[in-house]
Amino acid sequence: MKAKVLLSLILLCGGLAAPSARAEDAAPAAPTLPAACELPSYLLTSESQLHKVADTVKSGKPLEILVVGSRSTTIPSSESSSYPARMEAILKEKLPPSEAVHVSVEIQSKKTAEETAGSFVKLMEAKTPTLVIWQTGTVDAIRSIDPDEFRNAVTEGVAALQNAGADVVLMNLQYSPRTETMISAPPYLDNMRVVAQEHDIPLFDRFAMMRQWNDQGQFDLFSPSRGPELAKQVHDCIGRALAQFVIDAAHLGPAEQQN
Amino acid sequence: MTIADQVTGSIAGTASAKPADAKPVEAKPRAPAITLPAIGERELRLDLFRGLALWLIFIDHLPPNLLTWFTIRNYGFSDATEIFIFISGYTAAFVYGRAMLENSFVVATARILRRVWQIYVAHVFLFTIFLAEISYVATSFENPLYTEEMGIMDFLKQPDVTIVQALLLRFRPVNMDVLPLYIVLMLALPLILWSMKWRPDVTLALSALLYAATWEFDLYFSAYPNGFWAFNPLAWQLLFVFGAWCALGGARRMSRILASPVTMWISIAYLVAAFCVTLTWYVPQLSHFMPKRLEQWMYPIDKTDLDVLRFTHFLALAALTVRFLPREWPGLKSPWLRPLILCGQHSLEIFCLGVFLAFAGHFILAEVSGGPAMHALISLAGILIMWAVAWVISWYKRVADKSGAKTKNAVGNADLAGGG
Repeated sequence: MKAKVLLSLILLCGGLAAPSARAEDAAPAAPTLPAACELPSYLLTSESQLHKVADTVKSGKPLEILVVGSRSTTIPSSESSSYPARMEAILKEKLPPSEAVHVSVEIQSKKTAEETAGSFVKLMEAKTPTLVIWQTGTVDAIRSIDPDEFRNAVTEGVAALQNAGADVVLMNLQYSPRTETMISAPPYLDNMRVVAQEHDIPLFDRFAMMRQWNDQGQFDLFSPSRGPELAKQVHDCIGRALAQFVIDAAHLGPAEQQN
Repeated sequence: MTIADQVTGSIAGTASAKPADAKPVEAKPRAPAITLPAIGERELRLDLFRGLALWLIFIDHLPPNLLTWFTIRNYGFSDATEIFIFISGYTAAFVYGRAMLENSFVVATARILRRVWQIYVAHVFLFTIFLAEISYVATSFENPLYTEEMGIMDFLKQPDVTIVQALLLRFRPVNMDVLPLYIVLMLALPLILWSMKWRPDVTLALSALLYAATWEFDLYFSAYPNGFWAFNPLAWQLLFVFGAWCALGGARRMSRILASPVTMWISIAYLVAAFCVTLTWYVPQLSHFMPKRLEQWMYPIDKTDLDVLRFTHFLALAALTVRFLPREWPGLKSPWLRPLILCGQHSLEIFCLGVFLAFAGHFILAEVSGGPAMHALISLAGILIMWAVAWVISWYKRVADKSGAKTKNAVGNADLAGGG
């Protein structure tokens, strides 16, 4: 009988605690983001570090960033508003003026993680970025690739990038409520998290961020709007969050730089 | 009444022929190895929890909202699917096992196949609704943010292939995975029952062996256009067979284990541990407390192949449930639980309705962006509709039974075997 009471108490506490804990998370955490892009701080920080980025910036060498992505990396017909471009602008703003930052983009549309990872050796020979931000998972989820195969492909890709001497950040899928009944994202999100953990690399949780914005009402991601405005705003926020995330993971914040 | 009696859920009355002896097979090789509970009152606990599973599956299929916090997947590893498959195995063995003992293998098989056909038709019906939904989204949604996600519509370009693959159960959209799993499990049921009739424990052992082999050799059912079944029947059969084994006397033989306080405390400890782990998923600040070693060993907790952690989590839940919820608990007759029990009694219909309502809910949320209040309202409305429909079906069955000839055999009640 005691055990029954205990169990139900635990369940009850869990039920009460969980939503309120979420509410606390939403408290303004990152003052550097504008109000519309507000995110809880745990989404913008990572325990894993970007050592090479840190070294490059500290020694004053130019910072080369390569974004490997797919169609959701860009906005059709407004390239300059897409998140890689926004990130570049913000990084230039935040880092010391002497620091040269250059972001290039490699789009591999309709390619699975495995197909993309296969191209990494050649890609890294052509460009020698300090940091590769690899955004993947969507095509695999659409084609419902075996999550184990997906995980292996991401693992191989990350290893190839690291072997070529780059820091790696993984970026997961977009939160897309309209297609939620058609595309099953969770297995791919979980597996990317596992790979990030195993390799001790930062995971930029785009899915959780967009979900947060949608739930908090900053953006209505259900909207069927055809205009590019919503996409531009969302990409702006992602770009800002990504810049912030990179600065944090490389310990390049103002406080750290003074040391 | 002792706890040992309480856990032998299926026994309606004490008319059961066999004593709780574990070795009737050895003693009398000609006697059936399985014992069947006598026909009597329905086991309301099964209906109750199947109804609960149906509600939870419905809520989990909707976008996350306030009610999502009440579903059990937030508090441990297993979720409503485990409950559903276990109870389906239990009830299916209960109904068709009797048919197999009393009639013959062929008759029982024929009846099972008829049920499979019903489930198959229900699946195809749901697929049609899904097609309608996806076609609507494809033509009405052009947000440039999601051009990539719209790639999911590509299959509409070759309906010939897609529809045939759907009929072969190889193309299964999201949220439509449970019925194909159930169809395959039911198809295997004649074999399972036949083997159970021979030796229940060996059957269970074989099932566990198949489960282990699935993990060891990475066996799976392939799907279209690629990938594999989201619920691997080769792994999930363990839960179904375990349900059948419990129904055919296993529960009774386990009663001593279930009644022991050691089992109870192990179960509680495991559930609490699982709860703590799940807490770190929802409150990421806590994830620092998770030992990295443990994380690497434990993750990912695989739903496709019914991870051992999920299975044991379900066992712990079930052990506590049978212990603390006796079958003659008066609350089972209370009007407050009536809606759940009604839904559980017509599980195939209500399951399909739930999937349909989840589609409809998504649609409404997409059209009228209503915020959290709207989300909660839709979930509640869906549950009320499920209840109302279950009530209508019950009412109709009652009326039809009254007016129809009363020659119908009470044993082969298909909706007791329900599931779906």
